Amino acid sequence: MKNLQAKHRRSLLLNAPHLLWSIIFIVAPLLMVAIYAFRDRSGSWTLDTFRSLFTDKESALNLLFIFRSSLWYALLATAICLLLAYPLAYFMAHAGKRVQRNLMMLITVPMWMNFLICTYSWIAILSERGGLLNLLLARLHLPEQTILYTPKAVVLGMVYNYLPFMILPIYTVLSKLQPSLVEAAQDLGATRWQVLRKITLPLSVPGVISGVTMVFVPSVSTFYISKKLGGNKNQLIGDLIEAKFTTFSDRNGGAALSLILMVMVLLSMVFMRRLSKDDDGAYVAG
Amino acid sequence: MNKKTKRILLPVYAALLLAFLYLPMAVMFLFSFNSGRSTLSLEGFGFHWYAELMNNARARDALWNTVILAVSAAAASVILGVLAAVGMDRLRRKWLRSAAQSITNLPMMNPEIVTGISMMLLFVSISQLLQIKQALGFHTMLLAHTTFCLPYVVLSVSPKLRQMDSHLSEAAQDLGCSPAQAFFRVIVPNIATGIAAAFLLAFTISLDDFVVSNFVGQGFETLPRFIYDQTKKRVTPDMYALSTITFAVIFILLILSNLLQASSEKKRLRGTARNN
Repeated sequence: MKNLQAKHRRSLLLNAPHLLWSIIFIVAPLLMVAIYAFRDRSGSWTLDTFRSLFTDKESALNLLFIFRSSLWYALLATAICLLLAYPLAYFMAHAGKRVQRNLMMLITVPMWMNFLICTYSWIAILSERGGLLNLLLARLHLPEQTILYTPKAVVLGMVYNYLPFMILPIYTVLSKLQPSLVEAAQDLGATRWQVLRKITLPLSVPGVISGVTMVFVPSVSTFYISKKLGGNKNQLIGDLIEAKFTTFSDRNGGAALSLILMVMVLLSMVFMRRLSKDDDGAYVAG
Repeated sequence: MNKKTKRILLPVYAALLLAFLYLPMAVMFLFSFNSGRSTLSLEGFGFHWYAELMNNARARDALWNTVILAVSAAAASVILGVLAAVGMDRLRRKWLRSAAQSITNLPMMNPEIVTGISMMLLFVSISQLLQIKQALGFHTMLLAHTTFCLPYVVLSVSPKLRQMDSHLSEAAQDLGCSPAQAFFRVIVPNIATGIAAAFLLAFTISLDDFVVSNFVGQGFETLPRFIYDQTKKRVTPDMYALSTITFAVIFILLILSNLLQASSEKKRLRGTARNN
């Protein structure tokens, strides 16, 4: 008995350093955000920061617009990533070992590149005058496109930067999927389409979920991509937060916005989890 | 899907997606050899910008800072993270374990910008309390990087711990080892590959971080912060040269690790039938 107690105490002791660390450097900072959000410059408690964000005529309209476009662009980028990534992940999972390894490598390399400079170099591609895309289109006698400094460029930047984060988790799940399940379904008379719909897709939901969160969260909170590719007209929530801290030095307002962003992201993750659970239930029942 | 689409359509699709992913790299590669200042039109071929980059003292300092920070943050987060993984593995109360896990994972779930801002607010407030003038710098960068690398260390070490026979360290202690000896002589060697992978992962994550560093790193310039500063104005091709060099280094490292993996796999497969 004594031995067990000592063991228990020791395991708590082992956990002490990182728990302490996490409380100081993870929990306390988040509390600081809340404190700043609910206080004014002089340090007294107030709801005014939130109130002025949503009632000041100019900023309120602007803010709603910014929130809506952040959500909308991030959702769009996530959907496009999913549509682009799934077939590739599927192909990879069914390819030979060597092809799998090489593709895996080719997809990881861009993830390790500095995303700032990669995003910046899209300007040279999309630029209206002298951009590579329009040079190519002109060669092909196709109409020129205005993409840079429009929402299209922002979504493109998001898709470009986060596509590998969608491919890899889906690939991981698909490559671990037991071939015997597919064979069993085929033996029982399922067509290829039925196998895909009833076996492969439902079983890959966990990979899709983690891919979706890994694309959605950085997209909805980005500030560099929108600033560089979207110009001044396509500000997102991240830009606004960054500006509050750097150029306006309005820490309280910035903290309030960060708090809203955090709640938004957490809620959407809870929603995703709920969704995946419902899915499982449906497939078990059906 | 029939055989034909599988053999032609999907590889073509994969090639197109890869082309999309590598397009910016190709552009940077091309323009890094530009003899003019432009990143839009090619004027001639030359190594001018590579020479420029080599002579750029600020870039060199930033690189040095980045490496020092990444090594220290990786070391710190591995020490903390291994302890955390071993500790959490031994927690028998489920709610306690899942609570500890969720707190450590928070920086992984939270938007990076929120993590960065929250830490900045903490550091600034503390230094206000202690009346320290220089609130942000290397020390705050190290604390922040260690914190957001921590969950990744736990994630790469925990599975190795679970694979390990948990009775081994008990056996060592029964045979007279102290708990510390059991830790260093039995547990650490058993999870060594996980620890190495964790160190590398933490190193690369720290190396590449911009968003958090942007908020907590004032006064300590790392490469991503330097690049950010450069892209505020019109970028000169020396940044593309830097990017091209980075690309080459990453590519060579990955090919090496790929070859190693392939040769070890071949050894394993030797004698058995190939199953493609």
